[in-house]
Amino acid sequence: MTGPGAELLSARGIAVWFPVGSAVTARLRHRPRLLRAVDGVDLDLARGEALALVGESGSGKSTLALALAGLRPVNRGSITYDGRPLPTRRSRADRRRIQIVFQDPYSSLNPRLTVGGMLRELIAVHKVVPPREQAAFAAELLRLVGLGEDALRAYPRQFSGGQRQRVAIARALALRPEVLVADEPVSALDVSVQATILNLLADLRRELGPSLLLISHNLAVVRHLCDRTAVMYLGRIVEVGPTERLFTSPAHPYTRGLLAAIPRLAPAGGQEPGGTAGPAVAGDMPSALSVPSGCRFRTRCPHARERCAAEDPALASAPGEPGHLAACHFAFEGIAAGAP
Amino acid sequence: MSREGAGTDGAGGIRGGAGTGPGGAAPGAAAPGGPVLQLRDLKVRIATRRGLVRAVDGVSLEVARGEAVGLVGESGSGKSMTLRAILGVLPPEARVTAGQILLDGADLVPLSQADLNRIRGRKISMIFQEPMSALNPVMRVGHQIAEGPRVHLGYSRSKAAERALDLMRRVGIPDPERRYRAYPHEFSGGMRQRVMIAIALSCDPEVILCDEPTTALDVTIQDQILRLLARLCRESGVSLVFVTHDLPVVAQLCQRVAVMYGGQIAEWGDVRDVLLDPRHPYTLGLVRSAPDVDEVRESLVAIPGSPPSLVSPPPGCRFHPRCAFAEEDCRAEPPPPLRELPGGRRTACLHHERCEDVLATERSPR
Amino acid sequence: MSALSLPGLPGPAPAQAAAEHAAPRAARRWYRQPALMSGLVLLGIIVLAAAAAPLLTPYNPIAQNLNATLLPPSARHLLGTDQIGRDTFTRLLYGLRTDLRIAFIAVLLPFCIGTALGSLAGYFGGWVDTVLMRLVDIVVAFPFYVLIIALVFVLGPGERSIYIAITLVGWVSYARIIRGEVLVAKRQDYVLAARSGGLSGARIIARHLLPNVITQAIIYAMSDIVQDILAIVTLGYFGLGVPPPTPDLGSMINDGQNFLTTHWQLTTFPGLAVVVVGLALSLIGDGLADLIRPGAA
Repeated sequence: MTGPGAELLSARGIAVWFPVGSAVTARLRHRPRLLRAVDGVDLDLARGEALALVGESGSGKSTLALALAGLRPVNRGSITYDGRPLPTRRSRADRRRIQIVFQDPYSSLNPRLTVGGMLRELIAVHKVVPPREQAAFAAELLRLVGLGEDALRAYPRQFSGGQRQRVAIARALALRPEVLVADEPVSALDVSVQATILNLLADLRRELGPSLLLISHNLAVVRHLCDRTAVMYLGRIVEVGPTERLFTSPAHPYTRGLLAAIPRLAPAGGQEPGGTAGPAVAGDMPSALSVPSGCRFRTRCPHARERCAAEDPALASAPGEPGHLAACHFAFEGIAAGAP
Repeated sequence: MSREGAGTDGAGGIRGGAGTGPGGAAPGAAAPGGPVLQLRDLKVRIATRRGLVRAVDGVSLEVARGEAVGLVGESGSGKSMTLRAILGVLPPEARVTAGQILLDGADLVPLSQADLNRIRGRKISMIFQEPMSALNPVMRVGHQIAEGPRVHLGYSRSKAAERALDLMRRVGIPDPERRYRAYPHEFSGGMRQRVMIAIALSCDPEVILCDEPTTALDVTIQDQILRLLARLCRESGVSLVFVTHDLPVVAQLCQRVAVMYGGQIAEWGDVRDVLLDPRHPYTLGLVRSAPDVDEVRESLVAIPGSPPSLVSPPPGCRFHPRCAFAEEDCRAEPPPPLRELPGGRRTACLHHERCEDVLATERSPR
Repeated sequence: MSALSLPGLPGPAPAQAAAEHAAPRAARRWYRQPALMSGLVLLGIIVLAAAAAPLLTPYNPIAQNLNATLLPPSARHLLGTDQIGRDTFTRLLYGLRTDLRIAFIAVLLPFCIGTALGSLAGYFGGWVDTVLMRLVDIVVAFPFYVLIIALVFVLGPGERSIYIAITLVGWVSYARIIRGEVLVAKRQDYVLAARSGGLSGARIIARHLLPNVITQAIIYAMSDIVQDILAIVTLGYFGLGVPPPTPDLGSMINDGQNFLTTHWQLTTFPGLAVVVVGLALSLIGDGLADLIRPGAA
């Protein structure tokens, strides 16, 4: 067993593809038929660390998270856990280690089971605690997430969205996982409820110490919760590093654009309604069916050059900053100093 | 900031002028004839099995020419219902039971559906959250944009097509000649939203109602659409009523904002004032509970409790059960009305001075 | 984006929204459904009448009385007698007993087998699914009655043959329905959560999937019972059903055909009984469907 700070979950060269449409027509019409949801990702999650996977729709972040949790088969690449290989079809013991909280609180709980029923099932099957203590353990889980014991007898439909997410978090914690994957845990909730869930996640991390893999499109949430952040675009990680560093000096043009595009309560100069600055990132995301050659962001990048169409940049770190990597030929050269 | 003098008329409604926004230009502060859209004590009730739902319970606001007004609230606040009431497209169980909707001074409430039809799309139009369901999937995009001018303005087919192409260019759809004949499913989410904006603009309306149009969009696309809307507002002088639950979006686009809670307006005023120096505990709570992308706060301050029942709301101030500053008089009926504050702001809180400077002292130095 | 407000309606307080969601599914509202209630009442009356047959009529359904053949309806014989003197009303009630019993039992086996196979095919996919669906295709290629009649003919008339024939043919519909529902349901987050929790496939199907999809099969079972009754009646009509002298609505209809012009009640009333039972079951099925999907188009 590795100690705190050591690599717990590692992924190398992960690719997840979806064939789209009929193979025959694709060949006849020379149309692309592979949707490259995740197109070559390396990732490391240390013990006790909170890592964020950030991106817009189509970035592949959810697919990657599901693949790491063993809920989606991987077409290429390998995942290791604590040094051992971790396949998609994993043993029950391995399944315990990585648990997931889903985005939609309305479809992530079985409507036919009581909260107590679903918790006890997991606890019993995995023998987390001896049978005598199982009921008490379930009650304790609910207390941890701020719900009372009478929730054990209730059905999901009797709860609000925020409460359901708490149940989902309790369920994820029931197996005492070492890695908690949270896929957009607050996106489907009202603004005032989001805060309670975010606070809860922060508290639970402090108390129980699992690693957290947070998937979100909301950079504010990410900054609030995570030590490290990885930015994904069209199936690749384009920048990764300590969260503070990423936010204060982003190296990749997409990260810069993403940060600039976020509306703020007190917009900086040039962002006001009367301002005439152009949008932070122009154009639309290309389809994952036909990824641009070379650097995949070049179609929307204000600094694209010839080299960008020819060479696909690899993740490289700045000199002196080994933990901060970006996949751009000009990432750390300060050329994009004029970016918004 | 300049504004016309405001006074109260006998019925408790408030006549006000327009404020100026942070963008610089005063959006119609001296507009002839006053605000282009005014709501006076609007009430919408919905008949449900559980009782009468007071979805909108006495809402008053005004929109000046060329101004973007934000309507902010969470689910159940009544913001979407307010928009639908303005356009007259309430669900069948809902009715406007009181109040006035004044478009250029003329009340829309007593109008028949036939009369409203002449106004919908022509003087007031609306854009929605889900462009895929708001656009006709089996009709070419160009035809959908051209439909309004043909029906409302009596344009010939070719003239309407010309107008549609022109609108497509204005909203930033590349290659409009080719895209004219495309179907909605061939467009990306952001492009569809631009199509919807083009449709909304097609008859040169006075007001465009926006029902969370950027909520389902990626943040980079949202940025594009917000800038587009701001530009259109400036260039053509159309007014916007922008409904959202996202406070920073309102800050980005709007000059003035109304914060809604439990079917009523909790606070109203200049966007900078309301969001950076709120005078209602609910607004304060919203601002403090949202993580800020620019600075990390130790712990988010969540608003305790849950939104009020709209069938049997709490007595007095709707927010008092969840309010840290609540006093005895907050519970007393009737609910406190909006009161004027200096600087053109209004708040429904009896103890609004408690909110002053809370944020300023809380904020860690940058 | 808030999932709590429905388009066009205000979002009530979240707890209330949840409660509102719960109300249509709660058992406490099933007695308000007119279709369901009238169907249940009708079926109740029929089942009671059939069960209480000995109390309602003094006659023996198979006792022949050649002195009292082809009597018209009277106080003594409510529906008259048939060509060998058996009381028609008695035979009607006992015939209902027979046919209802056989139909309800006959629906159980296809229900269980079809549900099991369908859920396996839907959940595991792959070759399991392919093999099963080809089997389904084969069975479905033949018209229902042709298969049933052929099978019973081969197996010989009698109750056991009816059960075997209906099972062999009837499982297909259940398999398809359940497979379709499972294909959709297995994509739901709560199933992913169960998989992530290391629960076995069998357990997921049994505890998580089936309780959520079985309602469709139950609704279908209602109309299937009607279909089975018709099948049994048809078999009886062709002389392939329950062997005489056990009373059976189908053979009654067949026997009475010859006397249609003179003693129409011999054929018509058994036929009407079949119609009424079918109506009752259809109402129940419709009522259940409305209950499960309130307000669905």
